[in-house]
Amino acid sequence: MEGLPILSLMMLVPLAGAAACLFSGAAAARWIALGATLVTFALGVALWSNYQIGGPQWQFTERADLFAGFSYALGIDGIALLLIMLSVFLMPVCILASWESVTKRVGEYMAAFLFMEVLMIGTFAAQDLFLFYVFFEAGLIPMYLIIGVWGGDNRIYASYKFFLYTLLGSVLMLIAMFWMVAEAGTSDIPTLMQYNFPAEAQTWLWLAFFASFAVKVPMWPLHTWLPDAHVQAPTAGSVILAGVLLKLGGYGFIRFSLPMFPEASAQFAWLVFTLSMIAVVYTSLVALVQADMKKLIAYSSVAHMAIVTVGLFAFNVQGLEGAMIVMLSHGLVSGALFLCVGVIYDRLHTREIARYGGLAINMPYYALFFLLFTMASIGLPGTSGFVGEFLSLAGIYQTSSLVALICTTGIILGAAYMLYLYRRVAFGGQVNEDAAAMRDITAREWILMAPIAAAVLWMGVYPESFLAPMRADIAVLDARLAAAALAGDAQLAPGTPRADAANAMPHHESLEHDSAKEGAH
Amino acid sequence: MDFASSFALVAPELLLTSAGLALLMVAAWGGDKAARVVAILAAGALFAAGLMLVPGLHFGTDGPATHAFGGLLKIDSFALFAKALIYLSAIAALMVAPAFFAGAAAGIERGMRAEYPVLVIFAAVGMSIMVSANDFMSLYLGLELNSLSAYVLAAILRRDTRSGEAGLKYFVLGALASGILLYGMSLLYGFTGGTSFEAVRIGLTGEMGTGALLGVIFVLSGLAFKISAVPFHMWTPDVYEGAPTPVTAFFATAPKVAAVALTARVVFEVFGGQVAAWQQIVMFMALASIVFGALGAIGQENLKRLLAYSSINNIGFILLGLAVANVDGASAMLVYLFIYVAMSIGSFVALLMLRGEDGALFETFADIRGLSVTRPAIAWALLIFMFSLAGIPPLLGFYSKFVVFQATIEAGLVAFGAIAIAASVIGAFYYIKFVKVMFFDEPAGVVTGKSEAGHWVMLGLTALIISPLGYLLTPSLTDLADKAARSLFIVSV
Repeated sequence: MEGLPILSLMMLVPLAGAAACLFSGAAAARWIALGATLVTFALGVALWSNYQIGGPQWQFTERADLFAGFSYALGIDGIALLLIMLSVFLMPVCILASWESVTKRVGEYMAAFLFMEVLMIGTFAAQDLFLFYVFFEAGLIPMYLIIGVWGGDNRIYASYKFFLYTLLGSVLMLIAMFWMVAEAGTSDIPTLMQYNFPAEAQTWLWLAFFASFAVKVPMWPLHTWLPDAHVQAPTAGSVILAGVLLKLGGYGFIRFSLPMFPEASAQFAWLVFTLSMIAVVYTSLVALVQADMKKLIAYSSVAHMAIVTVGLFAFNVQGLEGAMIVMLSHGLVSGALFLCVGVIYDRLHTREIARYGGLAINMPYYALFFLLFTMASIGLPGTSGFVGEFLSLAGIYQTSSLVALICTTGIILGAAYMLYLYRRVAFGGQVNEDAAAMRDITAREWILMAPIAAAVLWMGVYPESFLAPMRADIAVLDARLAAAALAGDAQLAPGTPRADAANAMPHHESLEHDSAKEGAH
Repeated sequence: MDFASSFALVAPELLLTSAGLALLMVAAWGGDKAARVVAILAAGALFAAGLMLVPGLHFGTDGPATHAFGGLLKIDSFALFAKALIYLSAIAALMVAPAFFAGAAAGIERGMRAEYPVLVIFAAVGMSIMVSANDFMSLYLGLELNSLSAYVLAAILRRDTRSGEAGLKYFVLGALASGILLYGMSLLYGFTGGTSFEAVRIGLTGEMGTGALLGVIFVLSGLAFKISAVPFHMWTPDVYEGAPTPVTAFFATAPKVAAVALTARVVFEVFGGQVAAWQQIVMFMALASIVFGALGAIGQENLKRLLAYSSINNIGFILLGLAVANVDGASAMLVYLFIYVAMSIGSFVALLMLRGEDGALFETFADIRGLSVTRPAIAWALLIFMFSLAGIPPLLGFYSKFVVFQATIEAGLVAFGAIAIAASVIGAFYYIKFVKVMFFDEPAGVVTGKSEAGHWVMLGLTALIISPLGYLLTPSLTDLADKAARSLFIVSV
């Protein structure tokens, strides 16, 4: 694979697919889109298998001076690799999820999704500050169209809100980027990550970046666009929104805010903590009273992303790794939950929870998958949710036990609203006749759910596969943050370990030795 | 005075003038039947004049060798860059016109009048003189030649009341602005004792008196009217709405380029020693144009009116580059101008293509509902232009904002830039309204007429420039703009 510009190729394939989809009929567009996303996924697998763990920090670098003012520079580290994998993994799922439910303007729809994929890969792979901005911001166009053209009843309002909120956040970041490039003399991201900006400037720069990323994450109180956009977007749109677009905010914090402005990050950690604590408790409570399934999951996304921001600003390895795993896990799980909603929405055309009930009786396989993803969302051990939330909260506990305490209630509240949702939808009596008549998931829906379920379990049982690629990068980031790290309020005093365990039996060792001998006979 | 070298320097203007006079004769004897031939010949003359600019543009020309007629004109790289843009816009205005005038939108007078191309040529000559003026006398001469042609162009549909109203409004307010400008020039003459840019510049050095300051303010106000910057913008929506659409497309591009270039030359070459005196005026105009252009557009139903406000908004960003007052800012301004011209021509051509069965032109939001279903190609092109005008990457409109804001921040005007960019979000609101109406609403189904091949070519060309492929142009565009901007800052001794 040496010398093959694999990242450019991963962007070129969906781009060509998008162009082809625009000019083809509905049936052809579906197959073209599926083919393009599968090829991109295969390239992604090749990318991962060729990624050298413990190799250079930036791999697969490409650089070309195509434009005036900034350069076309790509390259990934472990963090970007995992997020790219998440994107290319979810993309074929999205295409398949819209296979039957989208019937109008299919070519344009598929083109918009493929274009989205190009931009997401570009955002995670960009190594030039302005190139990053171009990819980051360009996502507005396809997402605006996806919500506005193929969304629900109130789609116009939701699309405006989404567009203007995110645009306002991003333009302030652009101003900060200009200042940084003027100050540092380069727009190369790896260089900027090691550049020490003056402390007083960091404050302003951090706030400008925060304006953009906090909207994208989204953090309370800037989250109000998310439930609207989610509810109105088609199923696949919600999957991409929750699965990948929200991760752009978290990625922004981990790639820009933390390494570029460590002092300011420490200075504003209280702000992030406060907003996150409010988000965890408040949006969980809001989720509890939702009558609309998609809205419920949208609010739960805000709560989960608050765990991410808390973990990121814990300034230690556990917190950072935990935040990354929560992002990956949330990408899979919330995407899968939206798919679950989509499956029954396609059958009954309503997202109202009260219209369902007792689905475990007539849709047992569906109920099984839904249960797995519900549990993963709650953070049951053995699923991906547990690993991430545990690491995140363990990280923040070292910094502030109060924040850890309040954020942990999110797990309890999460269990409350998810189990309550599950009970109303899948258990109980079959109160609605039309809901009771729905057939179980089809082969296509099996193909959608099974890979995500496998990935959720894989991440839950053996997270090392996902931790290993980013370990070195997190360590570099942690070292960069060490000087500015917050003093933890948990004054951990290491004790003196005893030589023997308290209940050790003095003969234990020799006994075992003897029995081994006996066995040898 | 060596006339031979002077004539060589103004060869494009000479060519255009003689072409204009000759075509006037053709128009006089051939009548309106010859209009199409006249238009083609006029476009050819403009193209030939444009070709003459290429060597100078490519290699860059500055210094005393560029002075013509004893310093009345100065044909440097900056003037060449502006002229190239002006000629291109004029050619576009000629190319899109015949189909418009042939259709029902032209009212009772079907068919293009033969004066139209001739007037465009004379306006182009006037603008050429404006951008290469090196003396307040030649400045005024060029400005009036351009303005008088423009007044007639606005009213060219004689029996259409809206067109007549537009022409009259333009004339009255334009005359007022010329008066203000002349008054400012006379004040400057009185306080500095000269009309040439150099003499005024020398006269303005040192402590500036109130009289001279008033002169600066009056001159800037007169110029602000010509570029329709807030607070001298109120004529723009009315004139843009009333004038025939090809004329509006022309007004939105060529005269804007000329007036902006002229303003840049005046502030840098004449008031260059007194940056503090004009910088805050330009800053105010820039911010006010961005904000009021955006706010004014929000309630508009008529698309031409909306694009008028959009052009006010864009002028704000162009002035932002001017307010930076250094080479980078001027270069950014020129890059912005180029991209703005491409976006404007594209949007107006798209409007010209919105025709009914009988060729009647549509120009309100209600008419373009669901355009993406009925005429997808036009809708997608308009989508590109609108997102580009809103400055969303990866379209080229983002690059124009990129360079301007980069220059602003690098010059240390961080707060100014931050306010301006936050205000640009207001503008995004009505640009995405375009997209909403075309893509999200149910089709109105009125746009059914065929479009002319010439329109398709223009639409495709401008859309291609504005698409992400346009970024491949940026290195050479930046190079040309840099050369042009540098020649502004060479103070001839």
